[in-house]
Amino acid sequence: MNIRSQVSMVFHLDKCIGCHTCSIACKNVWTDRKGADYMWWNNVETKPGTGYPTKWEDQEQYHGGWEKNGDQPINIKSTGKVRVIPNIFHNPYMPSMDDYYEPWTYDYQNLFNAEEGSDQPIAKPISMITGEDIKVEAGPNWDDDLGGSEIYAANDPNLKGLSEQQRLQLSSVERLVLFYLPRICNHCLNPCCVASCPSGALYKRGEDGIVLIDQKKCRAWRSCVAACPYKKTYFNWFTGKSEKCILCFPRLEVGEAPACFHSCVGRIRYLGVLLYDADRLEEVANLPDDQLVEGQRSLILNPHDPEIIRKAQSAGIPDGVIESAQRSPVYKFVMDWKIALPPHIEYRTLPMLFYVPPMSPVIANFEDGLASHKMQRLFHGIDEARVPMKYFANLFGGGQEGVVRYAMGKQLAVRWHRRAETVGDVDRATADRFLREANCTIEEAEAIYKLTSLCTFEDRFVIPPMYREQAIEMVKEPHEQRAETGFGFVGCPQRGL
Amino acid sequence: MSQHFFDQFLFVALPYVCLFTFFLMTIYRYRVQSFSYSSLSSQFLENKHHFWAVVPFHYGILVVTAGHFLAFLIPRSLLAWNSKPWRLYVLEISALAFGILTLIGLVGVIVRRMSSSKVRMVTTPTDWLLFLMLLVQTVSGVSIALFYPWGSSWFATNMSPYLWSILKLDPDVTFVAAMPWLVKLHVVLAFLTIGFFPFTRLVHVLVIPNPYLWRKTQVVRWYSRKEGKT
Repeated sequence: MNIRSQVSMVFHLDKCIGCHTCSIACKNVWTDRKGADYMWWNNVETKPGTGYPTKWEDQEQYHGGWEKNGDQPINIKSTGKVRVIPNIFHNPYMPSMDDYYEPWTYDYQNLFNAEEGSDQPIAKPISMITGEDIKVEAGPNWDDDLGGSEIYAANDPNLKGLSEQQRLQLSSVERLVLFYLPRICNHCLNPCCVASCPSGALYKRGEDGIVLIDQKKCRAWRSCVAACPYKKTYFNWFTGKSEKCILCFPRLEVGEAPACFHSCVGRIRYLGVLLYDADRLEEVANLPDDQLVEGQRSLILNPHDPEIIRKAQSAGIPDGVIESAQRSPVYKFVMDWKIALPPHIEYRTLPMLFYVPPMSPVIANFEDGLASHKMQRLFHGIDEARVPMKYFANLFGGGQEGVVRYAMGKQLAVRWHRRAETVGDVDRATADRFLREANCTIEEAEAIYKLTSLCTFEDRFVIPPMYREQAIEMVKEPHEQRAETGFGFVGCPQRGL
Repeated sequence: MSQHFFDQFLFVALPYVCLFTFFLMTIYRYRVQSFSYSSLSSQFLENKHHFWAVVPFHYGILVVTAGHFLAFLIPRSLLAWNSKPWRLYVLEISALAFGILTLIGLVGVIVRRMSSSKVRMVTTPTDWLLFLMLLVQTVSGVSIALFYPWGSSWFATNMSPYLWSILKLDPDVTFVAAMPWLVKLHVVLAFLTIGFFPFTRLVHVLVIPNPYLWRKTQVVRWYSRKEGKT
């Protein structure tokens, strides 16, 4: 057993209001620069929808992630030891700016400097790359709130395998539904971007599992952009270097939550340490599709188990990190309650960002074409939800409905339980029946309710002490260290000649 | 006398200045500005014509450059190969083919950079100067192959000794001074390109990712340990 710690995340989608505050926080801190202007390390997508970059989940187009052919060990779909040589001149699976959008600004000066005339001057949109006039036809959240749209929602790759009736269920007028999917880098256990980098510029930090790109070693071979199935590595077109979400490690190192977590209005984000067994990574990444969700869970170790604690200590994991893992909200969501699921586990990168799937809107069960509020149907069953289970299974279950059904059922049971507790118009027996069916005790339901609805800052973000950086302070001048954080070196990153 | 002086300048002084600049500046730039070592790919900004320009150019120039190096390093073996006429023809024709491939690719690269407004934004004056040098160099190279055939043999007998004399710090310009002006141009421009090399995007040739072929799949960096494993 080779125990390692990983800073992991949970996004509670039932709470996401799609305000994009996270995206703006990230943009302001990290990517408000030339060349990074089109990058959204954090973005919020409307689902069903095509996302950013357009249809990123369609791996027949993008060839991201790992692929498994029969009994063969998994391969990087877009490249490999042999293909790396021809791919280096021209990467056949490299998305281009057209798949994202051309960043633009507005010619604000014209508002002040326009010649006097009979019309109001306007600020025309201009390209941030060429400075020329631009016809804006796409943006990072261009399909925002466009659930039911025939251009966007209907082209969602997750609709694969849904029956005609289920598709109709998602998009028919008065019934159409949408939810939000905020995305950052998943800081995977088996990162495809790292494995694909010809220069070895990408790496996973041993102590906390954050995946970074060494800007000094990146040579713009572009493999990571093609390889990441979540399209969360981006190519800086100006500096000629790839960049990605750094999980705000300079903030984490001083005990602060990442900017997107910190600013989240809906308080949907949780962060904490998971301990896992790195020796079994290869075995789990090679499991058949239907065993991947369970397989990934089997990697995660119980931080309360004395045997695990002893082994973690002997593996050099500091006590502070183990203690942090014991309080981790992520462990509760993923392992204790099993209501948080990995996105697209079938890409086999073993993402360490988990999502609590959203419940569909509570009211408006239709009876004879009218919205019904009858008490016995207060919360519709999960199978009557507007979003078909199959859709969630494609997104969060690797195609398996079982794990999603379990997560949804438990959330529903918590709702019945709390309704019985607080409003009292639901009898206790009904609530108990739902809890029993969802394999959930009253204590567990209370704990889920508390961590979902009444969570404080400290409940949501259990940031481990970053021993690595404390150690740096011993040998390095703290001010110098501070100036170097972010990209890890002093001086403006100047583009090559 | 002035001709002698001129030859000494072009084929002795200039090569040494260029080679010295090359070694000094590539190492300096790698140590001080390793961030700037990048292929500066523009595939992200323009992906439609990228393949048709960049791929022929790279395969072409790699084979042609490798050919020059071989003739420089193992002239005797090359002459032995060329002792049978059909083998000489095969070599000459394939060399010319790759030269033309380079030329087509290079023209494609330049046209692509000029025609795409986005790619133009990431093209510096240095790039344009470099493209001009490479274009003249490739055109002169292909012309030499056409007008002064059997270069694989006369390079081995005449140019290789000259280059070795430079390398051995005992410069002898006898052979090169007798060459036609087109060949002289090609030689001078080759050294100029080598001297200009560290100031251009060409440095990405030096950081080709050979370790990928035998490194472990995953890369983990530990602060607390010297070496990590997957």
